[in-house]
Amino acid sequence: MECGELLKKLNDIRAVTGRENMAAGKIAELFRQYCDDVSIDAFYNVIGFKKGQSENPGNVLITAHYDEIGLIVTGIEDSGFLRFTAAGGVDAKAIGAMEVTVHGKKDLFGVIGVKPPHLIPPEDKDKGIKMEDMRIDIGYDGEKARKLVSIGDMISFNSPAQELMNNRIAGKSMDNRSGVAALVEILKELQKLKHDDNVYVVATVQEELGLIGAICATYNIKADLGIAIDVCHGDMPDAPSDEAFPLDKGVAVAIGPIISRKHAKECIKIANEENIPYQIDPEAGDTGTEAAVHAVAREGIPVILLSIPCKYMHTAVEMVSVSDIVSTGRLAARYIAGRSKE
Amino acid sequence: MFNVINKLTQTFGPSGNEKKVADLIRDLLKNKVDEIKTDVLGNLICIKKGSGKKIMLAAHMDEIGIIVSYIDKNGFLRFSNVGGLDPFVILGKRVIFENGTMGVIWYEENIDEIKNIKLEKMYIDIAAKSKEDAEKLVNVGDMAVFEADTTLQNGRIISKALDNRIGCAVLVQAALNQSETENEIYYVFTAQEEVGLRGAGPAAYGLLPDMALAIDVTATGDTPECKPMPVKLGAGPAIKIKDRSVIAHPEVKDRLIKCAIENNIPHQFEILTQGGTDAGSIHTTAGGIPSGGIAIPTRNIHNSAEIVDMKDVENTVKLIEAFISQ
Amino acid sequence: MKEALENLKKLTALDGVSGEEKPVRDYIISKITDHVDDYYVDNIGNLITYKKGTGNGPKVMLDAHMDEVGLLITLINSDGLLKFRTIGGIEDRVLVGKRVRIGENRVPGIIGFKPLHLQSSKERKGTVDKKQLTIDIGAKDKEQAASKVEIGDLAAFAYDPVEFGDNKLMAKALDDRVGCAVLIELLKHKYECDIYGCFTVQEEIGLKGAKTSTFQVKPDIALVLEGTTCYDVPDTKEYGMSTVCGKGPALTVMDRTVIADRDLLRHITKTAELNGIPYQFKQTITGGTNAGKIQTGGTGAKVAVIALPCRYIHSPVSVMDINDFENMIKLSKKVLETLPASITLYREQGGKEYV
Repeated sequence: MECGELLKKLNDIRAVTGRENMAAGKIAELFRQYCDDVSIDAFYNVIGFKKGQSENPGNVLITAHYDEIGLIVTGIEDSGFLRFTAAGGVDAKAIGAMEVTVHGKKDLFGVIGVKPPHLIPPEDKDKGIKMEDMRIDIGYDGEKARKLVSIGDMISFNSPAQELMNNRIAGKSMDNRSGVAALVEILKELQKLKHDDNVYVVATVQEELGLIGAICATYNIKADLGIAIDVCHGDMPDAPSDEAFPLDKGVAVAIGPIISRKHAKECIKIANEENIPYQIDPEAGDTGTEAAVHAVAREGIPVILLSIPCKYMHTAVEMVSVSDIVSTGRLAARYIAGRSKE
Repeated sequence: MFNVINKLTQTFGPSGNEKKVADLIRDLLKNKVDEIKTDVLGNLICIKKGSGKKIMLAAHMDEIGIIVSYIDKNGFLRFSNVGGLDPFVILGKRVIFENGTMGVIWYEENIDEIKNIKLEKMYIDIAAKSKEDAEKLVNVGDMAVFEADTTLQNGRIISKALDNRIGCAVLVQAALNQSETENEIYYVFTAQEEVGLRGAGPAAYGLLPDMALAIDVTATGDTPECKPMPVKLGAGPAIKIKDRSVIAHPEVKDRLIKCAIENNIPHQFEILTQGGTDAGSIHTTAGGIPSGGIAIPTRNIHNSAEIVDMKDVENTVKLIEAFISQ
Repeated sequence: MKEALENLKKLTALDGVSGEEKPVRDYIISKITDHVDDYYVDNIGNLITYKKGTGNGPKVMLDAHMDEVGLLITLINSDGLLKFRTIGGIEDRVLVGKRVRIGENRVPGIIGFKPLHLQSSKERKGTVDKKQLTIDIGAKDKEQAASKVEIGDLAAFAYDPVEFGDNKLMAKALDDRVGCAVLIELLKHKYECDIYGCFTVQEEIGLKGAKTSTFQVKPDIALVLEGTTCYDVPDTKEYGMSTVCGKGPALTVMDRTVIADRDLLRHITKTAELNGIPYQFKQTITGGTNAGKIQTGGTGAKVAVIALPCRYIHSPVSVMDINDFENMIKLSKKVLETLPASITLYREQGGKEYV
């Protein structure tokens, strides 16, 4: 399936962080045709295995999280309105007047309401809105609502993938379905290449809650090289220019203290040789991604981080360019195929 | 004149509910003018026919008040304003409904500082025992006005609703005096001025006069530490130069000044930085009607105890008569 | 009633931001052409329809506005993002993360927002400022963007209607496609009074259409059919809810533009009570409708407003109760049918009295 089409399908899958069991099977299906084996672990990480050609294959472990931010029901009022809190980093300012799906006894349509401006007293106009003051409207009264919804039920945002110019797609979970799409691109590329090492392609869970899935996966699979794939900030008018990257200029390759400089430079060499567009992403800290987990897994492993520029992260309209996902897939695959062991 | 003023100020008539005031004025003027009619919005139009210029004199009948927006489970009433109300001014005042029910305006005492008081944090107590009890007396949508009496003291009147029943009284008196003139005079007692000058425009549209005067009240600058203003109580009617809704038409203004001087009527000039009058909606009606105004100096406007000077009132009548006879 | 709801859903799916109401108007014409004696479109785009009455009744104007709130593209930045202003009152927070379609070609776009991670601690605690928001259509630069959209293009929210919960409908532009849908229904029946069904334009930017329609029609009586605020969410003080979803159509006693005519209001409430139709009063004195302009046009008219409670009004996800919609149609129809018999209108000029 073409990458853009795959990305749209992936965006529409609902897998709120902590409740990925809803979607693990669907992800596994997407890996199946390209892998020798696909399995789902106890935490719902989806692991695709591709055997290496060598007699003595090493293990390359590639992770990209498939969970998305969402909300959790914290209370059901007598009036039928639901109270909620965030699952993952949700900005209360960015979710007003939004369509959602409440995953109760069945999937229920809901709306996050907004107080009309003329009912807001003037002294409150400049105060930021708090999530605890917001409510979800599912259109039922308290009695019916309590039959259909329980405290702890997950809520995902409804934001169907929007195709825009330049093969850019906007939707609710480009962070990090674009990473998952990149995993599939890697698998597709590897079909055409010879690779010495075993490749484990893992769609991980609960990254948004603290890189949980990656911690499990990197422990269970002893790897010699780790590759983390995630999104980085796409450029925006008022974002710091060294923290945000333009779309369509290629995959962002991270360089910094926790990244293996040697491996990163090798990767860049291959990008240049194969004419794959890339950018350099300087990371001074631990990157805030699964790369930080790979680096200190077990005895520690060398790790590189490849990022897809994503505008408006953690809103309902995160935007990526398909070309950047394709670049990521190609670069990672060719790097794996062509890398030296030392 | 005091009796008429007293009757007028004590008649219930908040914006949109001027009928009782209109009925009273109709009674006073029947057989004194050639024609009396009421239009759709409740404007009372009294016509003295003539062949000369068509002159419209407008005085609004409505007074400010409150409107009940909600009755809570204990029988307290939440309300909003009809016309301009200052929360500090109305705090603790008595109000009265059309059916005679009385209430007191009070506030949510659990407030950190009283300077933060707003209408939304206030309520009216009609001494009801419960919601059902309250609903026997008032309904959502009912209006109430200040409850306060009218007193003549020292040649001055202290009363509620002098804005603008004093204007109505002056106009009634001018009509009663039936001065000789060729001109056609429209004595128009307008509706809904306090909520946005609403009645005067449509009334003017139906009459299409050659010129118009709004007869209303104006604030004075003669109380302790007040905002500096040239108008003083007792120094005569104020000829309108400008307010927030209109700059008086120069010809109308000059004609008024000429009348005042020729007839030895003491007068002053009014420039209001806040507030508008019926002239504001009359002057943009149809193709435009040259308009101005005469304002009666009044202290404590939009309070339940406003004050005017009887000499100013009488001189205003004289000035109107001089104007319409020109 | 099913047809009315279908009309409503189709109407909300059409785009008619103030100033460009044609798609909505064309649909309405197709629906009313067989039911009215005459119609025309005036100079600013109001659709004015006329149905002669069967008896001796006053001249009644029914008003519903066709326009919806939306956005106006004001600038194309060098990076290809589009700056915009809101047409009508849209709250800043409502705009974040929304899908829009721009111009005649309905070019898709989204309104992005700075990610939480990149916000300063001051920004995190603050509010959204709509002046900082931009529309992204995926263009790489100004030239690319300019090949698809132009300064001056209008953008509408791109949201489809959804029936959900207990008889609820979510859709954009319920204000005032509900009024239009109700008016279409009303025009299908005969009444004693002469009816002028006016589908007006540009209400959201200051009640513009109503001024010209009133100048042309010169009604005696006017009923404005609208969508109104409803914020019956818990934690709102009850007296601040304005209206409650499900309690029936809402009647305005007073808002910032009009004090409803007492006689007409009394007729409406009596009609509702006689026919067992639920209704409520709008509990807050806020907002404004075309009624203000109609009341003070020409020599004046007796006006009242019947409105449908809409949660999250002026957002793409407004929610209404379908029962309220059906009751609004029932109530308006009965009010019109019994109008000449119960209302006294005394008009001095010409001295016509309708008893």
